[in-house]
Amino acid sequence: MTTLARRLGVYLLTAWVAITVNFLLPRMMPGNPVRILIGKIHGRVTPQMVRAIEEQFGVGLHQGLWSQYLHYWDQLFHLNLGVSIALSAPVSSVLKQTVPWTVGLIGASTVLSFLLGTFVGTYLGWRRGTVFDAVLPVATFFQAVPYFFFGTVLLLVFASHLRWFPELGAYNEALTPHWHWAFVASVLRYGQLPAITVIVSSVAGWIMGMRNMMVTTVAEDFVLMAVAKGLPKRKVVAYAARNAVLPSISNFSLAMGLLVSGALLVELVFNYPGVGDLLLTAVQNEDYPLLQGIFLVITFTVLSANLIADVVYMALDPRIRREA
Amino acid sequence: MASTTAAAAPQLPGTLEGQLGKSPARRRPRRRRVLALPRSGKVVLGLVILGAFVVLAIVGPYVAPYNPSSTNFTPGLHPDAAHWFGTTLLGQDVLSQVLVGARPTLVVGFVAGAIATGLSMVIGVTAGYIGGATDEGLSLASNVFLAIPGLPLLIVIDTYLPQGARSNTILIGAVIALTGWAWGARVLRALTLSLRNRDFVEASRIIGESRWRIIFVEVVPNLLAVLASSFLFTLLYSIGTYVALAYIGVTDTAQWNWGSMLYWAQANNAATGNQWWWFLPPGLCIALVGMGLALLNFGIDEFINPRLRAAGVTGRSRRKVKLSNRPRLGLTPVVEAPR
Repeated sequence: MTTLARRLGVYLLTAWVAITVNFLLPRMMPGNPVRILIGKIHGRVTPQMVRAIEEQFGVGLHQGLWSQYLHYWDQLFHLNLGVSIALSAPVSSVLKQTVPWTVGLIGASTVLSFLLGTFVGTYLGWRRGTVFDAVLPVATFFQAVPYFFFGTVLLLVFASHLRWFPELGAYNEALTPHWHWAFVASVLRYGQLPAITVIVSSVAGWIMGMRNMMVTTVAEDFVLMAVAKGLPKRKVVAYAARNAVLPSISNFSLAMGLLVSGALLVELVFNYPGVGDLLLTAVQNEDYPLLQGIFLVITFTVLSANLIADVVYMALDPRIRREA
Repeated sequence: MASTTAAAAPQLPGTLEGQLGKSPARRRPRRRRVLALPRSGKVVLGLVILGAFVVLAIVGPYVAPYNPSSTNFTPGLHPDAAHWFGTTLLGQDVLSQVLVGARPTLVVGFVAGAIATGLSMVIGVTAGYIGGATDEGLSLASNVFLAIPGLPLLIVIDTYLPQGARSNTILIGAVIALTGWAWGARVLRALTLSLRNRDFVEASRIIGESRWRIIFVEVVPNLLAVLASSFLFTLLYSIGTYVALAYIGVTDTAQWNWGSMLYWAQANNAATGNQWWWFLPPGLCIALVGMGLALLNFGIDEFINPRLRAAGVTGRSRRKVKLSNRPRLGLTPVVEAPR
């Protein structure tokens, strides 16, 4: 358990750093960006909102940094992330509507991409030096293509041209969002192309990592032993793969950060109503409260995903469990 | 860099061999060892691609046929003789934008890559060599930076920057480097940790060499391959991140780079409007640069891990000598030096 506890400690620290950076940035940035923003929006929004922004970012307050910081935490515990300037709605309720879309899309495509990449990588590592190695340069190319650019190409070819997939959005606008079959089917249908984009863009990393690790593992003595004992090939591959997959999982946090960043931009391409789309709105309007709320939500989601990966790692690697 | 020497090397011996008679047979292996890295086709292809784009970044603004911001042309033209890559819906020449946009894109990548690699070397080697509480603290810091999603953090930071600073490629590159050093630091720390207890390091410690001399003369040279690989990786990460930032409109959208081209294409629905010539050139340029970097990294990976290197030779050459394609289990395949 100590390993897990240590990881949890790192994630809690990371969360604290993210929150504190969020607090300090607008206060420390040269040029006083928040004051400029308030000057810009003056007259366009209600005086209460200007007051709320001033309070959130500590502009014109006669209060020490420390008491501002405590106040900031207090607001955070009550899930009060301020009011979005562009949407004139509380940030937390805006996020509540958009986060499920993103988590659904990214979560599903991450899991699928990881499984697909691991299986393909296992096979390539086992049969290295065969024609299947031709997959590698192709995978390298896809690894280098920005997700959103690849999404744009897919959108043009498969949605606009061939009409195999619906073009934009997350569901058929004629349906009302509700838990019934027609709506769920529409969501699945509209989600396909964005998910394919994310999967194809991210799978190369998993394939390469798994393949290289598998090549190294297959040369280990225990694999030779398993073959010499006459175990069926399926079992030998499974033994080797279980050992080879460990670095993939411990590299999960690195991959996760890249994948989430890429997937957020894919949402823009497809007008998917998730956090990525919200991010664009926030950037275009310099909507600082919304921007900070999005940053916190993404960070927490990524940290939770990392924690899940750690639990999986422990389940697969008994050495770590015994250490406890 | 090493490869340019490799390419130039074959000409040199021509003159030397004549003078020295039969020595080339004996000298050959030694020369090989020094230039072991850049021989495979992958590495050469990677270097060619990267070299081409570096040249493009240098001469791009001078050879661009038109002013990239000028909106004087017929909007939405297909590629033709006057406009090789067509024109945008705003009436700008796409080719000029690609050419002018190469420089900021690559400059940000190289600045961020250099700073991040420097940071990761300082932090990783310090943590690994000094150990103790220093190690704990630095490792914790790199784990934290590894867990924070980089792009969202960069978007928040860059949005707070004043408008003028957002077109400053050096500044943007430096900010990107802040989020890109942690991975390299972790890898270098682990390597340093294993190096510090090797006999040759132990020996120089006993001789009484200073800590800094040991670090820079004994440890760091052994990290060079990993440092190079880490630099290429951060270079790729930085270019991708910069393009993403520009695409979402965080950096100055009036400054031409491959990301801001894609931003304008997206803002004008180039994909659903079937204007492929608008977004394909910048996107393919990014992909090609990335592929060049990845190919180089392959070469370095195979250099570091000989087991991977052997895999490259098997396939065809195995079939030629009628060897089975089944992996030879339990044996580290060895590449025999050509006679």
